Amino acid sequence: MFTILFRILKFGMKGFRRNGWLSTATVAITVLALMVFVGLILFRVITAYAVVSIQDKIDISVYFKSDTSEDQILNIKQSLEKLSEVKGVNYVSSDRALELFKSTHESDQAISQAINELNSNPFQASLNIRAQRPDQYATIAQYLSAPNLSTYVDNVSYAKNQVVIDRLARIIDNVNRIGWALTLALTLIAGLVVFNTIRLAIYSNREEIGIMRVVGASNALVRGPYMVEGIVSGIIAAVISLVLAMPVVYIASPYLSVFIPGLDIFRFFISNFAVLFGYQLLFGVGIGIFSSFIAVRRYLKN
Amino acid sequence: MIEFQGVSKVYGHTTPALEDVDFEIKPGEFVSLAGRSGAGKSTVIKLLIGEEQPSRGRVFFGQYEVNKLTSSELPEFRRHIGVVFQDFRLLPTKTAHENVAFALEVAGRVQREIDELVPQVLDMVGLADKGVNFPNELSGGEKQRVAIARAMIHRPEVIIADEPTGNLDPFHTWEIIKLLEKINELGTTVVLATHDREVINSLERRVITMDRGRVVRDEKKGKYILV
Repeated sequence: MFTILFRILKFGMKGFRRNGWLSTATVAITVLALMVFVGLILFRVITAYAVVSIQDKIDISVYFKSDTSEDQILNIKQSLEKLSEVKGVNYVSSDRALELFKSTHESDQAISQAINELNSNPFQASLNIRAQRPDQYATIAQYLSAPNLSTYVDNVSYAKNQVVIDRLARIIDNVNRIGWALTLALTLIAGLVVFNTIRLAIYSNREEIGIMRVVGASNALVRGPYMVEGIVSGIIAAVISLVLAMPVVYIASPYLSVFIPGLDIFRFFISNFAVLFGYQLLFGVGIGIFSSFIAVRRYLKN
Repeated sequence: MIEFQGVSKVYGHTTPALEDVDFEIKPGEFVSLAGRSGAGKSTVIKLLIGEEQPSRGRVFFGQYEVNKLTSSELPEFRRHIGVVFQDFRLLPTKTAHENVAFALEVAGRVQREIDELVPQVLDMVGLADKGVNFPNELSGGEKQRVAIARAMIHRPEVIIADEPTGNLDPFHTWEIIKLLEKINELGTTVVLATHDREVINSLERRVITMDRGRVVRDEKKGKYILV
């Protein structure tokens, strides 16, 4: 058993070295497929980050009538927080709203002067509500329009922003769906290209497989070395693809953070290097083993 | 030892390659399968080593019913047979020594045993000094002797040679035939498929003559007579 395993390993490594050009071509194609694969992983990270940062910017504000007490507002806040659709509620009192307004317009003399001349605070207390998903704002707005709450509520910003929020919700939904479809389709294509390359490489060795069969090589011994070659190609391709991807990500990272502020894709790449390498290995080695297994099968029938 | 019982083989819808073939070969025999190209000799050999399945009938080799062997049982079965082909079928990237050793390696034999046996067999086929040469550095006759050494290395019960002299000049042809006779004298059954009339007639051994997929003559000390 150990002798056979050792020979499978030996024949596989020898075969990989001996079929220099074929092995190089297989590794090159696998590198291309893995570059697509790592590109797709990063694309998913970028879109997820973009979606989250857009989602964070969406909220609705409920402005309360000036005769509503703070206790009543905090009660409403509590009841909102119990809703499963609600991610967070932020209370802004009328004093705090005034303070914020003042600090925002500090440099504008005319506005500061106008505010100071007012005897009363013109700002209303409000709750800023963020939903778990953008399509849930309609439900929250509906909750706020219930008769027991509408007596306190002056207006809800949802009505004004409804069109924009709905459109963003649709875009986010589509980005997610297209992202998945693209990932699946490109992974499948990349996988098929690698599969075909390995199949051709094994086809060119069909005479050798025939000789092995004639001298009584077991199926495992015929198949094993090609699977070892597939594993070796996968490992080398995984390393090369990440080494090639690193400078590309490094160069692209600042450009991406212009479009999506706060996103540092290079830092993500470095801090998740081990996980990415794991994925690359899994995909590269997996496709190598699978392709070799299937491609040799047809030569083992007789 | 080897028995064909009512064996027929049809490829697609063409005329049969073999029709109702019956014969038996006993241990230690030297049997020539004679006939023109297309008479069915190669089909008999393919059925015998399990490379093809008969359309009808049964093929026996010792305790094996060859036509019933699964693809995973074939390797073990084939280690009882040594096969030699017209085109040698040597691995071009392995030396003569490595080509012979390969048959033992795939059978899972330990390295020490391989290092001991291979030079002995290479010496027996007269290639003791050619072990380090690659196939492209050997003559046709030498290549075929390497192929015979490889076929014999695990001491098979039978050597099957399919037109082993087809690619060789007369000098090397006789060299190979003498080697096969020597192997037979040592107790191994030999089945030789050939269309070379001179070879068959000089052997004066059993001849099974085939024509258009049928056995037309089976003689103890036969001659190759065209029908």
